[in-house]
Amino acid sequence: MATIPIRVPNLAASRTTARSRIRKRLPAAFALLPTALVVLVVYIGCMLWTVRLSFTSSTLLPKLDWVGLAQYSRLFANDRFLTSVENIAIFGVLFISGCLILGFLLAVFIDQNVRGEGVFRTVFLYPYAMSFVVTGVAWQWFLNPGLGLQKLVRDLGFPNFTFDWIVNQDMAIYTIVIAGLWHGAGLTMAILLAGLRGVDEDLWKAAKVDGIPTWRVYVSIVLPLLRPMVITATVLLTTGVVKLYDLVVAMTLGGPGIATEVPAKFVMDHLFERNNIALGTATATIMLIAVVSVLAPWVYARYVRPQGRHA
Amino acid sequence: MNAAQPQGRRPRRLTPGRIGVYVFLISAALFFLLPLWIMVVTSLKPMEEIRLGNILALPQMLTFEAWSKAWSSACTGLECHGISVGFWNSVRILIPSVIFSIIAGAINGYALSFWRVKGANILFGVLLLGAFIPYQVFLYPLVRIFSMTGIYNSLTCIVLVHVIFGLPTMTLLFRNYYAGLPIELFKAARIDGGGFWSIFFQVILPMSTPILVVATILQVTGIWNDFIFGLTFAGRENLPMTVQLNNIVHSTQGERAYNVDMAATMLAALVPLVIYFVSGRWFVRGIAAGAVKG
Repeated sequence: MATIPIRVPNLAASRTTARSRIRKRLPAAFALLPTALVVLVVYIGCMLWTVRLSFTSSTLLPKLDWVGLAQYSRLFANDRFLTSVENIAIFGVLFISGCLILGFLLAVFIDQNVRGEGVFRTVFLYPYAMSFVVTGVAWQWFLNPGLGLQKLVRDLGFPNFTFDWIVNQDMAIYTIVIAGLWHGAGLTMAILLAGLRGVDEDLWKAAKVDGIPTWRVYVSIVLPLLRPMVITATVLLTTGVVKLYDLVVAMTLGGPGIATEVPAKFVMDHLFERNNIALGTATATIMLIAVVSVLAPWVYARYVRPQGRHA
Repeated sequence: MNAAQPQGRRPRRLTPGRIGVYVFLISAALFFLLPLWIMVVTSLKPMEEIRLGNILALPQMLTFEAWSKAWSSACTGLECHGISVGFWNSVRILIPSVIFSIIAGAINGYALSFWRVKGANILFGVLLLGAFIPYQVFLYPLVRIFSMTGIYNSLTCIVLVHVIFGLPTMTLLFRNYYAGLPIELFKAARIDGGGFWSIFFQVILPMSTPILVVATILQVTGIWNDFIFGLTFAGRENLPMTVQLNNIVHSTQGERAYNVDMAATMLAALVPLVIYFVSGRWFVRGIAAGAVKG
């Protein structure tokens, strides 16, 4: 944005007085007003309201009493909540690292001047266009032990083959990871491939002259160059992790038992079904704190500090 | 971001390494295509055939019955009007939501990148942070606000919600695009005496076609695939397709009709898939523009 007419060596512009400049900017400020209102009321107001409710004893209806951290201590004694936290940690680590690794491999292999590059790219990315509900329903059908993958392999002549993760308390969360990977790996691939295409051709020539093996160039030279893309992908994937809800609802409904409960679902259930607003908002507040502490430095460094248009 | 020219290593003849590359890519492609294949073949089989197992096999008795059942008579609870109800609800939600959120994003992006408004950077910063905050943090108070104003559980309500939560991405998208336009253009228009709106409509908007396409792709896919807002704000009369699909699949009375479930799933995936295949590169550009540039 920076200087609008100030540095322009133009009579008409330099004649513009400060006051009339402000007057001309008025419509711009006016145009931003609705957004400012939304930011104030929804993004800030609703957030504070939620935080405030988490310190109350609200159940079916919101109350404005004050019980301090009572809801939080109840929360940390709540099995369902603790399982949710554990699950989101497992999912988060495996999903993010899995997407990055698979996405990077796919991007590198596609970058080898392969035939049908466009086809491969299209195939790897199409799951990302589909909703989590569709993803969840499809994988639930494929992984159900009775008629899905397990039965298929058994009928092929391996009668002892077992793959019942989706109905197995200890393994169900990993089926969510698989479905998540299927949905998100293509996105990582697309972002990293764009980065690979930006790598200088000379670098490859130099590496070839020096006789460095290709894999070594990718790991030691190209990967560090892709840092911004890796960060972007990680941020995108992280927001996906925190929002994880529809996939679980469609695939396992949090089950078997509470084996695949996640925080976002915990909040939704307590707010709208279990009539425990305070516990729901306390969980939402914890999610908020987690996300802000991870992302605030990144957003600040990337968008706020480099002022305006020439960022 | 020019993805047109393949780089990397020069192509060589078919060495073991080359074969390895193709083996990896083809197995990956099979992994990604598998669920789609299973959905399609299951939806085209009668239940007797599905009960035999062999989930991968092509249908021996090709039938479109499941598709017509899924479309017009599949049950969610007591209602048996198929997923077509959800389809039309999604369309009614989609059109105004996409239009209004794009208008809002374009105006915001324009105001933010060409006009120096006090506090605009703070506004933008908070808005961006808002994009990352889990929706659960806003939902309950929003429900209260909408109930108080009497529009909770209506089409207006769900459209408003989509516009509100589309603001960060749309604003970012347009701001970044406009930041790439030559500022001289804007300065010239200012010198010619153009005001805020006249410059927007006569100079900026005519140059915005690419970003309008990207924004439309992004919003159509995003809003069509939304689940949580539809569930929370749309009300029983306006439930979008995703919510209805979930209800159909999980309303278990008697044996589950997997072929109908899969046909319904395909129907729910159809709009974003068509957009994806038609738009091709633009789709990738949309994701990249929303994220990579900044």
